[in-house]
Amino acid sequence: MMPLPQISRRWIPVWWRNVNVWRKLAGPSLVGNFGEPLFYLLALGYGLGGFIGEMSALPYIVFLASGIVCSSAMNTATFEGLYSAYTRMKVQETWGGMISAPMTLDDVVLGEVIWMGTKSLISVSAILVVTLLLGLIDSWLAFWVLPMAFLIGCCFGAMALVVTAISPSYDFFLYYFTLLITPMFLLSGVFFPPDNLPQAVQFAAQLLPLTHAVAVVRGLMTELALENVLLHLSVLFFYGLTAYWLAIVLLKRRLLV
Amino acid sequence: MPDLIVRARGLSKRYGDKAVVDGIDLNIERGQCFGLLGPNGAGKTTTLKMLLGNTSPSAGELTVLGLPVPAQARRMRERLGIVPQFDNLDPDFSVVENLRTYGSFFGIKRREMDARLPALLAFAALEGKADASISELSGGMQRRLTMARALVNDPDLVILDEPTTGLDPQARQLIWRRLRQLLGQGKTLILTTHYMDEAERLCDRIAIVDRGRILVEDSPPALIRQHIEPQVVEVYGPQLEVWCEEFAQALASRVEQVGETLFCYCEDETALLRSLADHPALHFLHRRANLEDVFLKLTGKELRE
Ligand SMILES: Nc1ncnc2c1ncn2[C@@H]1O[C@H](COP(=O)(O)OP(=O)(O)OP(=O)(O)O)[C@@H](O)[C@H]1O
Ligand SMILES: [Mg+2]
Repeated sequence: MMPLPQISRRWIPVWWRNVNVWRKLAGPSLVGNFGEPLFYLLALGYGLGGFIGEMSALPYIVFLASGIVCSSAMNTATFEGLYSAYTRMKVQETWGGMISAPMTLDDVVLGEVIWMGTKSLISVSAILVVTLLLGLIDSWLAFWVLPMAFLIGCCFGAMALVVTAISPSYDFFLYYFTLLITPMFLLSGVFFPPDNLPQAVQFAAQLLPLTHAVAVVRGLMTELALENVLLHLSVLFFYGLTAYWLAIVLLKRRLLV
Repeated sequence: MPDLIVRARGLSKRYGDKAVVDGIDLNIERGQCFGLLGPNGAGKTTTLKMLLGNTSPSAGELTVLGLPVPAQARRMRERLGIVPQFDNLDPDFSVVENLRTYGSFFGIKRREMDARLPALLAFAALEGKADASISELSGGMQRRLTMARALVNDPDLVILDEPTTGLDPQARQLIWRRLRQLLGQGKTLILTTHYMDEAERLCDRIAIVDRGRILVEDSPPALIRQHIEPQVVEVYGPQLEVWCEEFAQALASRVEQVGETLFCYCEDETALLRSLADHPALHFLHRRANLEDVFLKLTGKELRE
């Protein structure tokens, strides 16, 4: 049994370092994290929505907006936790520098995870403003989407760090995308409710964290009922905390040998 | 602060069944410059990694700055500065931002850090480059910045892994001056290097390691005195073998051929030099024995790895 992570306030400079780098490269970063989901939303929401009309008794674009918010939070954190984190770990040895200072990997991973949550929060905020301008939200409840974006970002960021911790190279990430992120993107209710999928697939989808993220966010952004919040949040916390712990264990095994 | 900055007993590190560091003892006193010399793969970097608490020894005891390592490594590192073998400056940040960010890892407040910046920039001789990005800096400048970065917390002990490898002679001279400056401030230095002249010039004590073991440990003059005849004549040129057979072996205490050069080690070189005067076709260099002679004698002259 590996020890539990040691939490300390030393995560703050790790997070702040990433914030400062992001501020320098905010332009291209925002275009990627905000522009792409926005195109999905507009093209599918209006284009496809024009054909199918309603989904779960909602205009399709309204239905889709909550899904896109979640998938965008997931993607932002996943990219940051894979490619950017791998660069900091392996190519730039940023983490090596940090753990030569009075910091531990526990601090580094916590700072990174919170940064990934922050980055998801930033891209979701931008999308939320657009949905607001398009008149797709009509409830103040929607502001709770912001803390949800942070939570989703932390959860997927931590999961990505587990993959990064065992990756021999950037190419390895394709497995994770193909085997986990893409199926999750398609089956977790982002584009359509999973009701018509085969039973086994529906069951599997229930085990995926994105399904639970979508369930909460859709309840917050639309008139659909907000149910089982505690259960959904527990699943996200379970995935996030387990991944956080596992990422530390694996990174110690990789970097502190 | 304790007088013994590093105390290691039977320190070992195994990877699989290979002992990379194999039971070394270290006593490094305050204010010393301690040199760790050894061929590629001798285990120098691995030893330093254990000192900073980033890898657990497979066996042995280790105390650094009075604290047990790795148990209290984090507290110990508050008083430690490190210059790694390979620079890991943040390429996204300018010179000053690199220093500030690294300072934040020690919990140094922004205002305090800004007060320290001028001295750190002066130390790195980078006053004019404060806002330059890392890619604009030459190798020597980057190395100096890494050194300045290691000083953000005003450490008592600075560990430098090959601080001058790959630098031009001028850049090395500047780094030597800076290392002396640090010693003048009473800091303790541990450095590894492949340049014997550098070690001889800077270090109070030297440990020569090979295959994870310390072969000898002493001051540079003592090492030279104990292991090598005081005079060396390096000879090369046509018919070297013949001259060697006929004269050198009799006139020198010890001869050794490396590549096309014959090293003649002597207590008294006069007779040998007279013989060389009779053989004007041979080129020679007469010099005093140095640390490199000791190093080559102890670690062998064949190529490693
Ligand atoms: N994590 C590791 N796993 C397995 N072997 C390792 C590991 N780290 C180092 N080694 C091996 O340990 C030996 C010593 O490495 P180390 O880096 O300490 O040598 P060094 O004395 O610093 O050499 P150099 O002068 O080339 O920097 C090498 O043979 C290296 O391959
Ligand atoms: Mg080394």
